[in-house]
Amino acid sequence: MSALSAASRNDPAQSAETSNESARARTRARATRRLLVNVLRIAFAVIVLGFWEMGTTIDANHREGLWIDPFFYGRPSGIATQLWIWITNGTAQGPLWLQVATTLEEAFLGFLIGVGLGVVFGVALGRVRLLSDVFAPYIKALNAMPRVVLGSIFIITIGYNIWSKVALAVVLVFFVVFFNAFQGVREVDRVLIANARILGASERQLSTHVIFPSALSWILASLHTSFGFALVGAVVGEYLGAIHGIGLVISTAQATFNPNGVFAAMFILAVVALTAEVVLTWLENRLIRWRPNTITDVRI
Amino acid sequence: MPTPTIELRHVTKRFLTPSGTAYTALRDLDLAVQEGEFCAVVGPTGCGKSTTLALISGLEPPSDGEVRVRDEVVRGVGRDVGYVFQVDAVFPWKSVLDNVATGPRFRGVDRRDAEDRARDWIKRVGLAGFERYYPHQLSGGMRKRAALAQTLINEPRILLMDEPFSALDVQTRTLMENELLQLWSATRASVVFVTHDLEEAIALADRVVVITAGPGTVKGTYRVDLPRPRNVAEIRFQPEFSRIYREIWDDLRDEVLVSYERSKRSVS
Repeated sequence: MSALSAASRNDPAQSAETSNESARARTRARATRRLLVNVLRIAFAVIVLGFWEMGTTIDANHREGLWIDPFFYGRPSGIATQLWIWITNGTAQGPLWLQVATTLEEAFLGFLIGVGLGVVFGVALGRVRLLSDVFAPYIKALNAMPRVVLGSIFIITIGYNIWSKVALAVVLVFFVVFFNAFQGVREVDRVLIANARILGASERQLSTHVIFPSALSWILASLHTSFGFALVGAVVGEYLGAIHGIGLVISTAQATFNPNGVFAAMFILAVVALTAEVVLTWLENRLIRWRPNTITDVRI
Repeated sequence: MPTPTIELRHVTKRFLTPSGTAYTALRDLDLAVQEGEFCAVVGPTGCGKSTTLALISGLEPPSDGEVRVRDEVVRGVGRDVGYVFQVDAVFPWKSVLDNVATGPRFRGVDRRDAEDRARDWIKRVGLAGFERYYPHQLSGGMRKRAALAQTLINEPRILLMDEPFSALDVQTRTLMENELLQLWSATRASVVFVTHDLEEAIALADRVVVITAGPGTVKGTYRVDLPRPRNVAEIRFQPEFSRIYREIWDDLRDEVLVSYERSKRSVS
């Protein structure tokens, strides 16, 4: 929602004179606005998809050929058909749900392991100066490397099973979470640490009661990005060589010059990613309820 | 004279600035606070008042000299110390109840007992009914009350306060000062109360110590023989109060001017 409506919600002068009527008027205005936004959103999708579809079907003056060549760019109706075929008849690699489940399994495993390792190492290196001094150059070097190339190594060493994809996802997720956890630990308010020490905290209590909760908001913020990376790891890994998975579906579609298949698989990935995003946001709000209501509705 | 509860002997504290030069915050400071005494420390901004508290608490070691608490040299944070910070130091991810119970929990009291004691202290500082609230849901004054309860629940024999009320509005501040005196009269801990507000210092303390503009050292010590119990809001109208005020101000003014001149120079 816009900054404007956020301001009016917090304005004490306005809430002081809240009569029933003005409250109702505001609710109505908000509902109207939401409707407008939704209508415009749908209109946007219709226009883009409509032009795409028309560009691939209407032959401009019966000589020049089509505006958009569906052989390369696919067409929305073709993508929908492809999705329908996959849902009803399954893909060349087996039923569609199996492909989605495989990719999700790899992404989730990679995500969980990567987050776990990232948090542990981030907190450890953030707390212990010596560790961070020793490992800093290595971590920087590894981070600077395009880690997707590790996918090939993992396929060679681990094989075509899901674990090579999990490993790639772990590597991608780890660094995002690691840097956030590390920074979160380093940014802990000095006064809070001093206060905890005066109140009698041991080193361990300092970690569990002050440093970890304080770093938690940093870590949670990184989870949004890192689930995306986990998906990238899983899909790229499958692309490089797999038995099942969306990535394999994409690479097969590419090999058979089937752009509709590539787009349809992309669509499925988008749905998966958005669902994960919703779950993560819910989780975040549950875990840091102590935080003032930050501008959660700024996200589109 | 009995051994003072808190004693700083020829204490010097130097910090390393980010540019690598040494900055002397305190130079050859001597300070003694007796058992059960309320001692206020005043001085211009940046004279090392807060540093003094950090040294007494054991959060920082002195560069030179000796800090003794209850006749023992301070090494690390002691159990008998309470510290109320200038800025909010309650834990934002803990409710008021958990915040206040933190001290006993850290010290090994089991959860139920800690929470019972916390409820009692929350009541004493006037926050009953707000046990489940998080700090961001409270006003500045209420957060300060929570911080007071969090500190006092450990029943510190030595209470260090670093401009605890400076961020509050004047009315809330007077209220809190009175409540502090009340709570203190029940425990009679030895207090070192740092402030830049001379009125506050005189209204609260048994003794006021003036620190020079940095590097800080003691410029003068003044007894405040106003009767207790005191009402902070009204004590300012007593002739004795103005007499003490004038006497201390004569000393403090020079230091404030020095510090002001310095800040002007560093700005220009």
